Amino acid sequence: MDHATNISQAPAPQAANARDDAGQQHPLGIYFKIWGLLFFLSLMSYLVDYLGFQGLLRWSLILTFMFMKAGLIVSVFMHMMWERLALMYAILLPPLCLIVLVGLMSLESDYTHWTRVIFFEAATEVQPVEH
Amino acid sequence: MSQTTLTQQDHLVTAPNSLEGLVSDWSTDQEVFKKVQWGKAMMWIFLLSDTFIFSCFLTSYMTVRASTTVPWPNPSEVFALTLFGQNVPLILIAIMTFVLISSSGTMAMAVNFGYRRNRKMTAALMYATALLGLMFVSMQAFEWTKLISEGARPWANPWGAPQFGATFFMITGFHGLHVTIGVIYLTIIATRVLNGVYDRNGKYEVVEIAGLYWHFVDLVWVFIFAFFYLW
Repeated sequence: MDHATNISQAPAPQAANARDDAGQQHPLGIYFKIWGLLFFLSLMSYLVDYLGFQGLLRWSLILTFMFMKAGLIVSVFMHMMWERLALMYAILLPPLCLIVLVGLMSLESDYTHWTRVIFFEAATEVQPVEH
Repeated sequence: MSQTTLTQQDHLVTAPNSLEGLVSDWSTDQEVFKKVQWGKAMMWIFLLSDTFIFSCFLTSYMTVRASTTVPWPNPSEVFALTLFGQNVPLILIAIMTFVLISSSGTMAMAVNFGYRRNRKMTAALMYATALLGLMFVSMQAFEWTKLISEGARPWANPWGAPQFGATFFMITGFHGLHVTIGVIYLTIIATRVLNGVYDRNGKYEVVEIAGLYWHFVDLVWVFIFAFFYLW
């Protein structure tokens, strides 16, 4: 029944305004603010490279700016912060299992790396001595 | 309304294992995402699956980059351009990033004007978004041409680890494909907006759904920019 009333209301423009969800009507100002903020964050992440920061400082800054930008896009531009919790959880929780994949793959790549270092590089180093 | 409910109930009772019963089970009047248009929920679910595809690409990039013993090419130098006699690191990628963020901004405004039932502004902003997307793809085509002419191949390159080419062409190529599809998608929807299709049927959420796809393309670029170009 609930679904049916939604459908019957949808074609009427005035009714659509009354619905709390479909509107997603927010003042234009917020989009300009987020737009400006995204420009600023992009500029900052570009400066990380331009100024040549290295090591821990470099990747912590890259990750910080990246997650801030991603958060702003998803929550405001994609309206996620105004959606119902059911949709929010259904979309935002599943990607968390990627952490497991990244964890496994980083262990695996570490293993591959050291295997290559020990066997391949040792082989190339030994050769000149023998000849 | 009560009549359709009755027939659905009938299917449930009489032939639950027939094709009709299967369709009826899946289409009975139930919803999880209440007050969310089905098109929007489906677009979100599609984007979730796309998230996993791009994550697989980026994770495999992490794996090959971390496991190679040959030094990884420095993206800051590989993607540098000579402007006005000066070597500016990563400048093309920075411009591409700003273009894509601007397109996300115009798209967000288009959605807003759509819900205000402003037909012309919505269409104009969507065309602007598509145009910025086209600029992005053109710059990417330029970048690919430049790199290929310098000797970058999926199996080798003059700067270091051969895996660089494979991941570069795969990741940016797949993202560029998404942008290209988005440009076509937005152009179609913008033309329908201009023709007043959504004024007649009242379904301006179509603009928001197209917007979700476009913002996602921008979102993926945020991660590619951070992991591939800056790292």
